[in-house]
Amino acid sequence: MGRRISYREALREALREALQADPRVFLMGEDVGRYGGTYAVSKGLLDEFGPERIRDTPLSELGFVGAGIGAALGGMRPIVEVMTVNFSLLALDPIVNTAAMLRHMSGGQFSVPVVIRMATGAGRQVGAQHSNSFEGWYAHVPGIKVLAPATIEDARGMLSAALADPDPVLIFEHAQLYNLEGELPEGAPPVVDIRSACIRREGSDVSLITHGGSLYKTLRAADELAALGISAEVVDLRVLRPLDDATIMASVRKCRRAVVVDEAWRSGSLAAEVMARIAEQAFFDLDAPLGRVCSEEVPIPYARHMEEAALPQVPKIVAAAQAVMGNNT
Amino acid sequence: MSEVKVPAPPNGPVPWDKALAHSLLSDMLRIRRMEEKCAQLYGEQKIRGFLHLYIGEEAVASGALRAMRPEDNIVATYREHGHALLRGMPMGVIMAEMFGKQEGCSRGRGGSMHLFNRAARFYGGQAIVGGGLPLAAGLALADKMGGRQALTACFFGEGAMDEGAFHEAVNLAALWQLPVLFLCENNLYSMGMALALAESQTDLCAKATSYGVATVRVDGMDVVAVHEAVQRAAHQVRTGGAPVFVELQTYRFRAHSMFDPDLYRDKNEVEAWKTRGPIHTYTARLKAQGSLSEEEFLALDAAAQAEVDAAVAFAEAGTWEQVEDLLRDVHTLEGAP
Repeated sequence: MGRRISYREALREALREALQADPRVFLMGEDVGRYGGTYAVSKGLLDEFGPERIRDTPLSELGFVGAGIGAALGGMRPIVEVMTVNFSLLALDPIVNTAAMLRHMSGGQFSVPVVIRMATGAGRQVGAQHSNSFEGWYAHVPGIKVLAPATIEDARGMLSAALADPDPVLIFEHAQLYNLEGELPEGAPPVVDIRSACIRREGSDVSLITHGGSLYKTLRAADELAALGISAEVVDLRVLRPLDDATIMASVRKCRRAVVVDEAWRSGSLAAEVMARIAEQAFFDLDAPLGRVCSEEVPIPYARHMEEAALPQVPKIVAAAQAVMGNNT
Repeated sequence: MSEVKVPAPPNGPVPWDKALAHSLLSDMLRIRRMEEKCAQLYGEQKIRGFLHLYIGEEAVASGALRAMRPEDNIVATYREHGHALLRGMPMGVIMAEMFGKQEGCSRGRGGSMHLFNRAARFYGGQAIVGGGLPLAAGLALADKMGGRQALTACFFGEGAMDEGAFHEAVNLAALWQLPVLFLCENNLYSMGMALALAESQTDLCAKATSYGVATVRVDGMDVVAVHEAVQRAAHQVRTGGAPVFVELQTYRFRAHSMFDPDLYRDKNEVEAWKTRGPIHTYTARLKAQGSLSEEEFLALDAAAQAEVDAAVAFAEAGTWEQVEDLLRDVHTLEGAP
């Protein structure tokens, strides 16, 4: 038997463990200390570790993300929390132009062991400027790794793997997942890799490929498809850069049909990249054109019914799977 | 053509012993001769891409870097050949980088704008205006948290003060009392944009003062003034543990880059500033007080020229990185530093 824990608590345990294990590790970001973290992930850590290591920053994403990168260059192991992915656009310059490029453009002289965490995703009626899923943009950039923990186990285990990585790692936490509850085994924390995708549900008719907050919608869709006699396999990408082509292709070759579910806008999306790779590597294994379910190409609206209409939902995933099965009834 | 007013040329006694006085002259001459050669090599298409010359501004890097210690971190801009050189990087390695050869400091991947050296704690070579400023704050934060007695010297142009990065980094450094020495190389133009056309407040020190940072304004054409002021500022950072902002008023004699037709400056203005040239005014002062003979000057200059010749030969003899290594170092290989 395991112990019951929330996604938020799993993240906090991982932070605490990292802070205890390595004096070079510190957390910085907006309201991570006195406020307790915008999503309460770091609640209590200020009392435990003090203001030097649980470091509140001004509203200064370009400044403090850049400073986190500099501190990593200077020998620290910073964990930088950005409140939400939309705010991270203010820090695109240091992430892309500095952290991602420094090692290659210096001829291999410098590693940048920074971890940058942020909330992503929609579904909480917080409107257009707090509801995007830009992790796919970051997954475009060589030199960084991009993680999307969707399970309690990954929320607990990915941070230590990210800190052990000598290069910049971005962790995207879907804001809808913080209250998710699940079980972890008693004892030692789970050891997870940050290289591979994972099959979350075995199936044989259609491969549903997703990540982050969309995982649970996709699993519910798989339940409904089972009731309709369609056996859906669910692939959780987990690592958005580099993509684990082998796991994706193995699932696609087995099922011979695939639907990609991605909460980002469809044009130029990570979904598009996954589909292109399937077309390149597994085209002749397919029995049907690929399908996908993405967000509608509008700013995410506030009103609940409109927001729901803009996002991937279980019925849309079911319908897309039925379509690639050649069954639109 | 309009009359252009510039301050009087740097003058007065040089208060240093002969060895130090000659070293500073040598520093400036080495940068000057290296970069004159770079311009020529650019014309010969040995050096390609962007090339931003520091000619006219040599007193700034020379006076400032001689006040630094080995444990200090240096962050510079894309106009950083001289800074890299005076931080101890061999001229041949710098030249090879500009040639794109793998014997260059960045294996030929960086070019003129991306000179780096881990051993010298030389963190670039940053080609996004203002991009080095938050990085410098972070390097200083790491030193402070690690209990190391070092400072981070961050060079940037006055154009970087248009950017939010400057204001965010200075605020962080002041808020957290980080040992950063902000060295603003104010050459009056951000590419073609005159300071007064870009900033509502042209008193640069006033901006830093507003963050509670100590400031000092220095004639950046006067290597004596630069070195003395930066020595004091560095001492203040080291002992006070708080940032200091130094404005170094200087002027570039060449265009912004080799692509720049230099249409935005009055030719008289450039000529007027040349009367304030850091090398000839300093040479004259040393000679006037009997600290330098013409023979000594010629010997220093010949040594610089010989170093340039050797650097070019080293770069010419360099080799191209094999294309098979294109993807190397996108990520850190296991076991790498």
